[in-house]
Amino acid sequence: MNVSDLPAPVERDANFNFAYLDERTKRMIRRAILKAVSIPGYQVPFGSREMPLPYGWGTGGIQVTASIIGPSDVLKVIDQGADDTVNAVNIRRFFQRTTAVEVTTRTTDATIIQTRHRIPETPLAAGQVLVYQVPLPEPLQKLEPREVETRSMHGLAEYGLMHVKLYEDIARFGHIATTYDYPVMVDGRYLMAPSPIPKFDNPKMHMCPALQLFGAGREKRIYAVPPWTKVESLAFDDHPFEVQRWSQPCAMCGDTGSFLDEVITDDAGGRMFVCSDTDHCLARRTADE
Amino acid sequence: MSEDTQPILRVEGIVKHYGSRVAVDGVSFELWAGEVLAIVGESGSGKTTLLNAVAARARPDGGRVSFLTRHEGVVDVHAMSEAQRRLLARTDWGYVHQDAVQGLRMNVSAGANVGERLMALGERHYGRIRNEAASWLERVEMDVTRIDDTPATFSGGMRQRLQIARNLVTRPRLVFMDEPTSGLDVSVQAKLLDLLRSLTRGLSLAAIVVTHDLAVARLLAHRMVVMKDGRVVETGLTDQVLDDPQHPYTQLLVSSVLQP
Repeated sequence: MNVSDLPAPVERDANFNFAYLDERTKRMIRRAILKAVSIPGYQVPFGSREMPLPYGWGTGGIQVTASIIGPSDVLKVIDQGADDTVNAVNIRRFFQRTTAVEVTTRTTDATIIQTRHRIPETPLAAGQVLVYQVPLPEPLQKLEPREVETRSMHGLAEYGLMHVKLYEDIARFGHIATTYDYPVMVDGRYLMAPSPIPKFDNPKMHMCPALQLFGAGREKRIYAVPPWTKVESLAFDDHPFEVQRWSQPCAMCGDTGSFLDEVITDDAGGRMFVCSDTDHCLARRTADE
Repeated sequence: MSEDTQPILRVEGIVKHYGSRVAVDGVSFELWAGEVLAIVGESGSGKTTLLNAVAARARPDGGRVSFLTRHEGVVDVHAMSEAQRRLLARTDWGYVHQDAVQGLRMNVSAGANVGERLMALGERHYGRIRNEAASWLERVEMDVTRIDDTPATFSGGMRQRLQIARNLVTRPRLVFMDEPTSGLDVSVQAKLLDLLRSLTRGLSLAAIVVTHDLAVARLLAHRMVVMKDGRVVETGLTDQVLDDPQHPYTQLLVSSVLQP
Protein backbone atom coordinates (compact mmCIF):
# COMPACT_ATOMS: atom_id res chain seq x y z
CA MET A 1 0.00 0.00 0.00
CA ASN A 2 1.34 3.42 -0.95
CA VAL A 3 0.83 6.59 0.99
CA SER A 4 -1.32 7.75 -1.90
CA ASP A 5 -3.57 4.76 -1.38
CA LEU A 6 -4.45 5.88 2.12
CA PRO A 7 -7.97 7.21 2.49
CA ALA A 8 -8.24 10.96 2.15
CA PRO A 9 -7.49 12.84 5.36
CA VAL A 10 -10.50 12.88 7.57
CA GLU A 11 -11.69 16.19 8.99
CA ARG A 12 -11.17 16.36 12.71
CA ASP A 13 -14.48 15.85 14.43
CA ALA A 14 -14.95 18.92 16.61
CA ASN A 15 -17.18 17.00 18.99
CA PHE A 16 -14.19 15.15 20.36
CA ASN A 17 -11.36 16.47 22.48
CA PHE A 18 -8.01 16.36 20.67
CA ALA A 19 -6.92 12.70 20.58
CA TYR A 20 -10.22 11.63 22.17
CA LEU A 21 -9.07 11.52 25.82
CA ASP A 22 -9.72 14.47 28.10
CA GLU A 23 -6.72 16.49 29.19
CA ARG A 24 -6.65 15.20 32.76
CA THR A 25 -6.60 11.59 31.59
CA LYS A 26 -3.78 12.34 29.19
CA ARG A 27 -1.89 13.97 32.02
CA MET A 28 -2.39 10.95 34.25
CA ILE A 29 -1.17 8.63 31.50
CA ARG A 30 1.83 10.86 30.77
CA ARG A 31 2.79 10.65 34.43
CA ALA A 32 2.63 6.87 34.26
CA ILE A 33 4.74 6.97 31.09
CA LEU A 34 7.35 9.20 32.77
CA LYS A 35 7.59 6.80 35.67
CA ALA A 36 7.83 3.85 33.30
CA VAL A 37 10.64 5.51 31.36
CA SER A 38 12.54 6.24 34.56
CA ILE A 39 12.34 2.58 35.67
CA PRO A 40 12.94 0.61 32.47
CA GLY A 41 10.83 -2.54 32.33
CA TYR A 42 8.82 -1.79 35.47
CA GLN A 43 5.04 -2.11 35.11
CA VAL A 44 3.36 1.11 36.21
CA PRO A 45 -0.34 0.86 37.07
CA PHE A 46 -2.56 3.50 35.47
CA GLY A 47 -6.25 4.32 35.34
CA SER A 48 -7.13 2.70 32.06
CA ARG A 49 -10.21 4.27 30.43
CA GLU A 50 -13.02 2.79 28.46
CA MET A 51 -12.17 3.19 24.80
CA PRO A 52 -14.51 2.91 21.83
CA LEU A 53 -13.20 -0.57 21.00
CA PRO A 54 -13.05 -3.79 22.98
CA TYR A 55 -10.23 -4.93 25.23
CA GLY A 56 -7.76 -7.00 23.28
CA TRP A 57 -7.96 -4.69 20.26
CA GLY A 58 -5.33 -2.28 21.48
CA THR A 59 -6.98 -0.13 24.13
CA GLY A 60 -3.69 0.21 26.03
CA GLY A 61 -1.73 1.19 22.93
CA ILE A 62 -4.39 3.68 21.86
CA GLN A 63 -4.37 5.39 25.24
CA VAL A 64 -0.58 5.71 25.21
CA THR A 65 -0.61 7.04 21.65
CA ALA A 66 -3.47 9.45 22.45
CA SER A 67 -1.58 10.94 25.37
CA ILE A 68 1.69 11.50 23.50
CA ILE A 69 0.43 12.52 20.07
CA GLY A 70 0.52 16.18 18.98
CA PRO A 71 -0.78 17.96 15.86
CA SER A 72 2.64 17.82 14.16
CA ASP A 73 3.16 14.08 14.62
CA VAL A 74 3.10 11.60 11.77
CA LEU A 75 1.39 8.36 12.69
CA LYS A 76 1.89 4.83 11.38
CA VAL A 77 -0.19 1.94 12.67
CA ILE A 78 0.67 -1.68 11.99
CA ASP A 79 -0.92 -4.97 12.89
CA GLN A 80 1.22 -8.09 12.38
CA GLY A 81 3.57 -5.90 10.36
CA ALA A 82 0.91 -4.81 7.88
CA ASP A 83 -0.58 -1.36 7.46
CA ASP A 84 -3.76 -2.57 5.79
CA THR A 85 -5.14 -5.09 8.29
CA VAL A 86 -8.36 -4.34 10.07
CA ASN A 87 -6.96 -3.41 13.47
CA ALA A 88 -4.41 -1.06 11.93
CA VAL A 89 -6.93 0.58 9.59
CA ASN A 90 -9.42 1.16 12.39
CA ILE A 91 -6.92 2.65 14.80
CA ARG A 92 -5.45 4.87 12.08
CA ARG A 93 -8.91 6.18 11.17
CA PHE A 94 -9.66 6.73 14.84
CA PHE A 95 -6.66 9.01 15.21
CA GLN A 96 -7.30 10.76 11.90
CA ARG A 97 -10.77 11.59 13.07
CA THR A 98 -9.82 12.72 16.57
CA THR A 99 -6.52 14.50 15.79
CA ALA A 100 -6.38 15.03 12.01
CA VAL A 101 -2.65 14.29 12.12
CA GLU A 102 -0.79 13.17 9.04
CA VAL A 103 -0.67 9.41 8.64
CA THR A 104 1.82 7.33 6.73
CA THR A 105 2.78 3.77 5.99
CA ARG A 106 6.49 4.58 5.68
CA THR A 107 8.41 3.59 8.78
CA THR A 108 11.05 6.25 8.15
CA ASP A 109 8.46 9.06 7.88
CA ALA A 110 6.59 8.26 11.07
CA THR A 111 7.22 9.90 14.44
CA ILE A 112 4.85 7.57 16.30
CA ILE A 113 4.35 3.95 15.29
CA GLN A 114 1.65 2.01 17.07
CA THR A 115 2.15 -1.69 16.63
CA ARG A 116 0.56 -5.00 17.35
CA HIS A 117 2.79 -8.10 17.21
CA ARG A 118 5.74 -6.74 15.19
CA ILE A 119 8.65 -4.31 15.17
CA PRO A 120 9.24 -2.82 11.70
CA GLU A 121 12.14 -4.28 9.73
CA THR A 122 13.53 -0.82 8.98
CA PRO A 123 15.72 0.15 11.93
CA LEU A 124 14.08 2.81 14.05
CA ALA A 125 15.74 6.18 14.53
CA ALA A 126 16.22 8.46 17.49
CA GLY A 127 13.16 10.62 18.00
CA GLN A 128 10.68 7.96 16.93
CA VAL A 129 8.30 6.36 19.44
CA LEU A 130 7.14 2.77 19.11
CA VAL A 131 3.89 2.08 20.99
CA TYR A 132 3.07 -1.59 21.63
CA GLN A 133 -0.36 -3.03 22.32
CA VAL A 134 0.06 -5.49 25.18
CA PRO A 135 -2.47 -8.16 26.14
CA LEU A 136 -0.59 -9.70 29.10
CA PRO A 137 2.02 -7.45 30.70
CA GLU A 138 3.06 -9.93 33.41
CA PRO A 139 5.58 -12.47 32.03
CA LEU A 140 5.35 -14.63 35.16
CA GLN A 141 1.58 -14.79 35.25
CA LYS A 142 1.19 -18.19 33.63
CA LEU A 143 3.62 -19.74 36.11
CA GLU A 144 2.62 -17.82 39.21
CA PRO A 145 -0.98 -16.61 39.14
CA ARG A 146 -0.78 -14.70 42.45
CA GLU A 147 -0.18 -11.04 41.67
CA VAL A 148 1.10 -10.32 45.19
CA GLU A 149 3.74 -12.99 44.64
CA THR A 150 4.79 -11.82 41.16
CA ARG A 151 5.12 -8.28 42.43
CA SER A 152 7.48 -9.32 45.19
CA MET A 153 9.38 -11.43 42.67
CA HIS A 154 9.88 -8.29 40.58
CA GLY A 155 10.74 -6.30 43.66
CA LEU A 156 13.43 -8.79 44.72
CA ALA A 157 14.52 -9.62 41.15
CA GLU A 158 13.77 -13.31 41.74
CA TYR A 159 13.42 -14.54 38.20
CA GLY A 160 14.40 -18.20 38.44
CA LEU A 161 10.82 -19.14 37.67
CA MET A 162 11.03 -17.79 34.14
CA HIS A 163 13.81 -20.26 33.42
CA VAL A 164 11.50 -23.04 34.63
CA LYS A 165 9.33 -22.20 31.63
CA LEU A 166 12.31 -22.37 29.26
CA TYR A 167 13.43 -25.62 30.92
CA GLU A 168 10.00 -27.08 30.23
CA ASP A 169 10.29 -26.11 26.58
CA ILE A 170 13.61 -27.89 26.19
CA ALA A 171 12.44 -30.94 28.16
CA ARG A 172 9.38 -31.28 25.95
CA PHE A 173 10.53 -30.15 22.53
CA GLY A 174 14.32 -30.36 22.68
CA HIS A 175 14.72 -26.62 22.14
CA ILE A 176 13.27 -23.40 23.51
CA ALA A 177 9.91 -23.53 21.78
CA THR A 178 8.65 -20.13 22.92
CA THR A 179 8.41 -18.19 19.68
CA TYR A 180 6.54 -15.04 20.61
CA ASP A 181 6.28 -12.92 23.76
CA TYR A 182 9.75 -14.26 24.54
CA PRO A 183 10.78 -12.94 27.99
CA VAL A 184 13.52 -10.33 28.19
CA MET A 185 15.57 -8.68 30.94
CA VAL A 186 15.56 -4.91 30.64
CA ASP A 187 18.71 -3.07 31.71
CA GLY A 188 19.77 -6.10 33.75
CA ARG A 189 17.01 -5.51 36.27
CA TYR A 190 13.37 -6.08 35.32
CA LEU A 191 11.92 -9.09 33.59
CA MET A 192 9.57 -7.90 30.88
CA ALA A 193 7.04 -9.34 28.46
CA PRO A 194 7.84 -7.77 25.06
CA SER A 195 4.15 -8.21 24.04
CA PRO A 196 3.41 -10.94 21.49
CA ILE A 197 6.08 -9.94 18.99
CA PRO A 198 7.95 -12.89 17.45
CA LYS A 199 11.25 -13.60 19.15
CA PHE A 200 12.72 -12.68 15.76
CA ASP A 201 12.12 -9.06 16.78
CA ASN A 202 13.64 -9.32 20.27
CA PRO A 203 17.17 -8.31 19.16
CA LYS A 204 15.72 -5.12 17.63
CA MET A 205 14.71 -3.92 21.11
CA HIS A 206 18.29 -4.05 22.35
CA MET A 207 19.98 -0.63 22.28
CA CYS A 208 17.20 0.73 20.09
CA PRO A 209 17.54 4.49 19.46
CA ALA A 210 13.75 4.95 19.58
CA LEU A 211 11.59 5.14 22.70
CA GLN A 212 9.49 2.00 23.20
CA LEU A 213 6.25 2.32 25.18
CA PHE A 214 3.97 -0.57 26.14
CA GLY A 215 0.31 -0.14 27.04
CA ALA A 216 -1.94 -2.86 28.46
CA GLY A 217 -5.50 -1.53 28.65
CA ARG A 218 -7.31 -4.40 30.29
CA GLU A 219 -4.51 -5.11 32.76
CA LYS A 220 -4.04 -1.37 33.36
CA ARG A 221 -0.25 -1.31 33.10
CA ILE A 222 2.22 0.85 31.22
CA TYR A 223 5.90 0.05 30.87
CA ALA A 224 8.74 1.33 28.75
CA VAL A 225 12.16 0.73 27.31
CA PRO A 226 13.95 4.08 26.99
CA PRO A 227 16.29 4.67 24.03
CA TRP A 228 19.67 2.93 24.17
CA THR A 229 18.68 0.43 26.85
CA LYS A 230 20.03 -3.09 27.13
CA VAL A 231 17.36 -5.69 26.39
CA GLU A 232 18.52 -9.24 26.79
CA SER A 233 16.52 -12.35 25.87
CA LEU A 234 16.67 -15.09 28.49
CA ALA A 235 18.38 -18.38 27.63
CA PHE A 236 20.46 -21.24 28.98
CA ASP A 237 24.23 -21.43 28.54
CA ASP A 238 23.89 -24.65 26.57
CA HIS A 239 20.71 -23.57 24.77
CA PRO A 240 21.38 -20.00 23.64
CA PHE A 241 18.74 -17.61 22.32
CA GLU A 242 18.05 -18.05 18.62
CA VAL A 243 15.67 -16.36 16.20
CA GLN A 244 13.52 -18.00 13.56
CA ARG A 245 15.00 -18.65 10.11
CA TRP A 246 13.34 -19.53 6.82
CA SER A 247 14.60 -21.84 4.13
CA GLN A 248 13.42 -19.53 1.35
CA PRO A 249 13.40 -15.78 0.64
CA CYS A 250 10.31 -13.58 0.46
CA ALA A 251 8.33 -14.58 -2.64
CA MET A 252 7.63 -10.95 -3.52
CA CYS A 253 10.77 -8.98 -2.71
CA GLY A 254 13.36 -11.74 -2.32
CA ASP A 255 14.53 -10.61 1.10
CA THR A 256 16.27 -13.36 3.07
CA GLY A 257 16.60 -11.49 6.36
CA SER A 258 13.06 -10.42 7.21
CA PHE A 259 10.25 -12.09 9.12
CA LEU A 260 8.10 -14.10 6.71
CA ASP A 261 4.41 -14.98 6.85
CA GLU A 262 3.15 -18.17 5.28
CA VAL A 263 0.30 -17.36 2.91
CA ILE A 264 -1.94 -20.11 1.59
CA THR A 265 -2.67 -19.46 -2.06
CA ASP A 266 -5.12 -22.17 -3.10
CA ASP A 267 -6.97 -25.24 -1.86
CA ALA A 268 -4.34 -27.62 -3.20
CA GLY A 269 -1.66 -26.99 -0.61
CA GLY A 270 -0.09 -24.10 -2.53
CA ARG A 271 1.64 -21.60 -0.30
CA MET A 272 4.18 -18.86 -0.39
CA PHE A 273 6.27 -16.97 2.11
CA VAL A 274 6.10 -13.19 2.08
CA CYS A 275 7.45 -10.43 4.32
CA SER A 276 5.13 -9.68 7.20
CA ASP A 277 6.29 -6.04 7.13
CA THR A 278 4.35 -4.72 4.11
CA ASP A 279 6.12 -1.37 4.06
CA HIS A 280 9.53 -3.04 4.04
CA CYS A 281 8.51 -5.39 1.23
CA LEU A 282 7.03 -2.60 -0.88
CA ALA A 283 10.04 -0.36 -0.38
CA ARG A 284 12.34 -3.13 -1.60
CA ARG A 285 10.18 -3.83 -4.64
CA THR A 286 9.87 -0.19 -5.67
CA ALA A 287 13.61 0.33 -5.20
CA ASP A 288 14.28 -2.53 -7.61
CA GLU A 289 12.19 -1.02 -10.38
CA MET B 1 32.88 -28.73 64.10
CA SER B 2 32.15 -25.37 65.59
CA GLU B 3 28.49 -25.88 64.71
CA ASP B 4 28.31 -28.43 67.49
CA THR B 5 28.86 -25.79 70.15
CA GLN B 6 25.58 -24.01 69.50
CA PRO B 7 22.15 -25.07 68.27
CA ILE B 8 21.28 -24.57 64.59
CA LEU B 9 17.87 -23.18 65.54
CA ARG B 10 16.76 -21.54 68.76
CA VAL B 11 13.09 -20.77 69.30
CA GLU B 12 12.26 -18.54 72.27
CA GLY B 13 8.78 -17.80 73.61
CA ILE B 14 6.79 -17.89 70.37
CA VAL B 15 3.30 -16.43 70.82
CA LYS B 16 0.65 -16.31 68.13
CA HIS B 17 -2.93 -15.08 68.46
CA TYR B 18 -5.81 -15.39 66.07
CA GLY B 19 -7.94 -12.52 67.26
CA SER B 20 -8.53 -13.08 70.97
CA ARG B 21 -7.78 -16.80 70.63
CA VAL B 22 -4.28 -17.84 71.60
CA ALA B 23 -2.97 -20.44 69.16
CA VAL B 24 0.60 -20.72 70.44
CA ASP B 25 1.46 -19.55 73.92
CA GLY B 26 5.15 -19.11 74.63
CA VAL B 27 6.84 -22.12 73.05
CA SER B 28 10.62 -22.45 73.25
CA PHE B 29 12.97 -25.17 72.04
CA GLU B 30 16.35 -25.69 70.49
CA LEU B 31 17.37 -27.82 67.55
CA TRP B 32 20.88 -29.06 66.91
CA ALA B 33 22.50 -29.83 63.60
CA GLY B 34 21.45 -33.24 62.32
CA GLU B 35 18.69 -33.60 64.88
CA VAL B 36 15.11 -34.53 64.09
CA LEU B 37 12.47 -33.04 66.37
CA ALA B 38 8.85 -34.12 66.28
CA ILE B 39 6.06 -31.81 67.36
CA VAL B 40 3.04 -33.92 68.27
CA GLY B 41 -0.39 -33.06 69.56
CA GLU B 42 -4.01 -33.31 68.56
CA SER B 43 -5.68 -31.22 65.87
CA GLY B 44 -5.96 -27.59 66.92
CA SER B 45 -3.14 -27.78 69.45
CA GLY B 46 -1.14 -25.16 67.53
CA LYS B 47 1.44 -27.44 65.88
CA THR B 48 1.13 -26.07 62.38
CA THR B 49 0.83 -22.48 63.58
CA LEU B 50 4.05 -22.96 65.52
CA LEU B 51 5.77 -24.48 62.49
CA ASN B 52 4.69 -21.60 60.28
CA ALA B 53 5.99 -19.08 62.79
CA VAL B 54 9.31 -20.88 63.13
CA ALA B 55 9.69 -21.31 59.37
CA ALA B 56 9.00 -17.56 58.94
CA ARG B 57 5.93 -18.25 56.85
CA ALA B 58 3.87 -16.22 59.32
CA ARG B 59 4.93 -13.49 61.71
CA PRO B 60 4.46 -14.45 65.38
CA ASP B 61 3.02 -11.95 67.87
CA GLY B 62 5.92 -12.49 70.21
CA GLY B 63 9.16 -14.41 70.59
CA ARG B 64 12.33 -14.92 68.62
CA VAL B 65 13.59 -17.46 66.12
CA SER B 66 17.37 -17.51 65.67
CA PHE B 67 19.04 -19.58 62.97
CA LEU B 68 22.73 -20.40 62.70
CA THR B 69 23.60 -19.60 59.09
CA ARG B 70 26.54 -21.07 57.24
CA HIS B 71 28.44 -17.84 56.81
CA GLU B 72 26.87 -15.03 58.82
CA GLY B 73 26.57 -16.59 62.27
CA VAL B 74 23.30 -16.46 64.20
CA VAL B 75 20.51 -14.38 62.64
CA ASP B 76 17.09 -13.39 63.92
CA VAL B 77 14.83 -14.86 61.25
CA HIS B 78 11.98 -12.41 61.71
CA ALA B 79 14.28 -9.39 61.71
CA MET B 80 15.81 -10.28 58.32
CA SER B 81 14.81 -8.42 55.20
CA GLU B 82 12.28 -10.19 53.02
CA ALA B 83 14.91 -10.78 50.35
CA GLN B 84 17.26 -12.49 52.80
CA ARG B 85 14.46 -14.52 54.29
CA ARG B 86 13.31 -15.76 50.91
CA LEU B 87 16.88 -16.62 49.99
CA LEU B 88 17.28 -18.56 53.21
CA ALA B 89 13.99 -20.34 52.61
CA ARG B 90 15.14 -21.65 49.25
CA THR B 91 18.75 -22.46 50.09
CA ASP B 92 19.41 -23.57 53.65
CA TRP B 93 15.81 -24.47 54.45
CA GLY B 94 13.23 -26.78 53.02
CA TYR B 95 9.51 -27.00 53.62
CA VAL B 96 7.56 -30.17 52.93
CA HIS B 97 3.83 -29.54 52.83
CA GLN B 98 1.23 -32.00 53.95
CA ASP B 99 -0.52 -31.61 50.62
CA ALA B 100 2.09 -31.99 47.87
CA VAL B 101 -0.05 -29.83 45.57
CA GLN B 102 0.90 -26.81 47.69
CA GLY B 103 4.58 -27.56 47.53
CA LEU B 104 4.85 -28.44 43.84
CA ARG B 105 4.14 -26.77 40.55
CA MET B 106 1.59 -29.18 39.20
CA ASN B 107 1.75 -28.04 35.59
CA VAL B 108 5.49 -28.29 35.02
CA SER B 109 7.54 -31.47 34.75
CA ALA B 110 9.19 -33.29 37.66
CA GLY B 111 12.62 -32.23 36.39
CA ALA B 112 11.66 -28.56 36.37
CA ASN B 113 10.15 -28.90 39.84
CA VAL B 114 13.43 -30.20 41.20
CA GLY B 115 15.49 -27.75 39.15
CA GLU B 116 13.53 -24.64 40.13
CA ARG B 117 15.63 -23.84 43.19
CA LEU B 118 18.82 -24.24 41.18
CA MET B 119 17.52 -21.88 38.52
CA ALA B 120 16.44 -19.43 41.22
CA LEU B 121 20.02 -19.46 42.48
CA GLY B 122 21.31 -18.55 39.03
CA GLU B 123 22.14 -21.92 37.45
CA ARG B 124 21.84 -21.35 33.70
CA HIS B 125 23.09 -24.62 32.25
CA TYR B 126 20.26 -26.88 31.13
CA GLY B 127 22.35 -30.06 31.07
CA ARG B 128 23.62 -29.62 34.60
CA ILE B 129 20.16 -28.81 35.96
CA ARG B 130 18.75 -31.90 34.30
CA ASN B 131 21.50 -34.19 35.59
CA GLU B 132 21.11 -32.86 39.09
CA ALA B 133 17.32 -33.33 38.90
CA ALA B 134 17.75 -36.90 37.64
CA SER B 135 20.20 -37.77 40.40
CA TRP B 136 17.80 -36.42 43.03
CA LEU B 137 14.89 -38.37 41.61
CA GLU B 138 17.07 -41.44 41.96
CA ARG B 139 17.94 -40.59 45.54
CA VAL B 140 14.27 -40.36 46.50
CA GLU B 141 13.75 -43.70 44.77
CA MET B 142 11.67 -42.41 41.90
CA ASP B 143 11.64 -43.72 38.34
CA VAL B 144 14.02 -41.41 36.45
CA THR B 145 12.17 -42.03 33.17
CA ARG B 146 9.32 -39.96 34.59
CA ILE B 147 11.46 -36.82 34.77
CA ASP B 148 9.41 -35.14 32.02
CA ASP B 149 6.01 -36.06 33.43
CA THR B 150 4.03 -33.53 35.42
CA PRO B 151 3.23 -34.24 39.07
CA ALA B 152 -0.45 -34.23 38.14
CA THR B 153 0.14 -37.73 36.73
CA PHE B 154 1.88 -38.97 39.90
CA SER B 155 0.46 -40.91 42.82
CA GLY B 156 0.33 -39.33 46.28
CA GLY B 157 3.47 -41.10 47.44
CA MET B 158 5.43 -40.07 44.35
CA ARG B 159 4.32 -36.46 44.72
CA GLN B 160 5.57 -36.48 48.28
CA ARG B 161 8.92 -37.92 47.16
CA LEU B 162 9.17 -35.31 44.44
CA GLN B 163 8.45 -32.59 46.95
CA ILE B 164 11.27 -33.89 49.14
CA ALA B 165 13.70 -33.99 46.19
CA ARG B 166 12.71 -30.46 45.21
CA ASN B 167 13.57 -29.26 48.71
CA LEU B 168 16.80 -31.15 49.13
CA VAL B 169 18.40 -30.18 45.82
CA THR B 170 20.11 -27.15 47.36
CA ARG B 171 21.33 -29.31 50.26
CA PRO B 172 19.53 -27.46 53.03
CA ARG B 173 20.54 -27.99 56.64
CA LEU B 174 17.05 -27.65 58.08
CA VAL B 175 13.81 -29.03 56.72
CA PHE B 176 10.33 -28.33 58.06
CA MET B 177 7.77 -31.05 57.48
CA ASP B 178 4.07 -30.60 58.09
CA GLU B 179 2.45 -34.03 58.37
CA PRO B 180 4.60 -35.44 55.56
CA THR B 181 2.97 -38.88 55.51
CA SER B 182 -0.67 -38.29 56.36
CA GLY B 183 -3.06 -38.99 53.55
CA LEU B 184 -0.91 -41.82 52.22
CA ASP B 185 -1.75 -45.47 52.62
CA VAL B 186 0.14 -47.48 55.20
CA SER B 187 2.66 -49.28 52.98
CA VAL B 188 3.52 -46.08 51.08
CA GLN B 189 3.86 -44.31 54.44
CA ALA B 190 6.30 -46.93 55.62
CA LYS B 191 8.46 -46.60 52.50
CA LEU B 192 8.42 -42.82 52.71
CA LEU B 193 9.38 -42.87 56.39
CA ASP B 194 12.20 -45.23 55.59
CA LEU B 195 13.41 -42.85 52.90
CA LEU B 196 13.12 -39.81 55.17
CA ARG B 197 15.05 -41.61 57.86
CA SER B 198 17.90 -42.56 55.57
CA LEU B 199 18.00 -39.07 54.01
CA THR B 200 18.10 -37.24 57.34
CA ARG B 201 20.81 -39.62 58.59
CA GLY B 202 22.79 -39.59 55.35
CA LEU B 203 22.77 -35.82 54.90
CA SER B 204 22.87 -35.11 58.66
CA LEU B 205 19.82 -32.98 58.09
CA ALA B 206 18.09 -31.22 60.94
CA ALA B 207 14.32 -31.48 60.70
CA ILE B 208 11.19 -30.38 62.49
CA VAL B 209 8.37 -32.80 61.81
CA VAL B 210 4.84 -31.85 62.76
CA THR B 211 2.67 -34.92 63.12
CA HIS B 212 -0.30 -36.30 64.94
CA ASP B 213 0.95 -39.82 64.28
CA LEU B 214 3.06 -41.10 67.16
CA ALA B 215 4.45 -43.89 64.97
CA VAL B 216 5.98 -41.28 62.65
CA ALA B 217 7.56 -39.56 65.63
CA ARG B 218 8.88 -42.87 66.95
CA LEU B 219 10.48 -43.79 63.61
CA LEU B 220 11.95 -40.44 62.61
CA ALA B 221 12.55 -38.24 65.60
CA HIS B 222 15.33 -38.13 68.12
CA ARG B 223 13.42 -35.81 70.39
CA MET B 224 9.82 -34.79 70.66
CA VAL B 225 7.68 -31.96 71.94
CA VAL B 226 4.09 -32.63 72.99
CA MET B 227 1.70 -29.70 72.55
CA LYS B 228 -1.74 -29.10 73.97
CA ASP B 229 -3.78 -25.90 73.64
CA GLY B 230 -0.81 -23.96 72.34
CA ARG B 231 1.58 -24.95 75.11
CA VAL B 232 4.32 -27.52 75.41
CA VAL B 233 3.25 -30.04 78.01
CA GLU B 234 6.12 -32.47 77.72
CA THR B 235 9.44 -32.70 75.95
CA GLY B 236 12.23 -35.25 75.86
CA LEU B 237 13.83 -38.10 73.95
CA THR B 238 11.28 -39.82 71.75
CA ASP B 239 11.55 -43.24 73.32
CA GLN B 240 11.49 -41.76 76.78
CA VAL B 241 8.34 -39.73 76.14
CA LEU B 242 6.53 -42.54 74.38
CA ASP B 243 7.52 -45.32 76.77
CA ASP B 244 7.25 -43.38 79.99
CA PRO B 245 4.91 -40.42 79.49
CA GLN B 246 4.75 -38.14 82.51
CA HIS B 247 2.05 -35.60 81.71
CA PRO B 248 -1.55 -36.86 81.87
CA TYR B 249 -2.24 -35.59 78.36
CA THR B 250 0.76 -37.43 76.93
CA GLN B 251 -0.35 -40.54 78.77
CA LEU B 252 -3.76 -40.20 77.18
CA LEU B 253 -2.22 -39.62 73.75
CA VAL B 254 0.05 -42.67 74.01
CA SER B 255 -2.70 -44.89 75.33
CA SER B 256 -5.09 -43.88 72.55
CA VAL B 257 -2.89 -45.45 69.88
CA LEU B 258 -4.22 -48.80 68.74
CA GLN B 259 -1.72 -51.57 69.19
CA PRO B 260 -2.23 -54.11 66.43
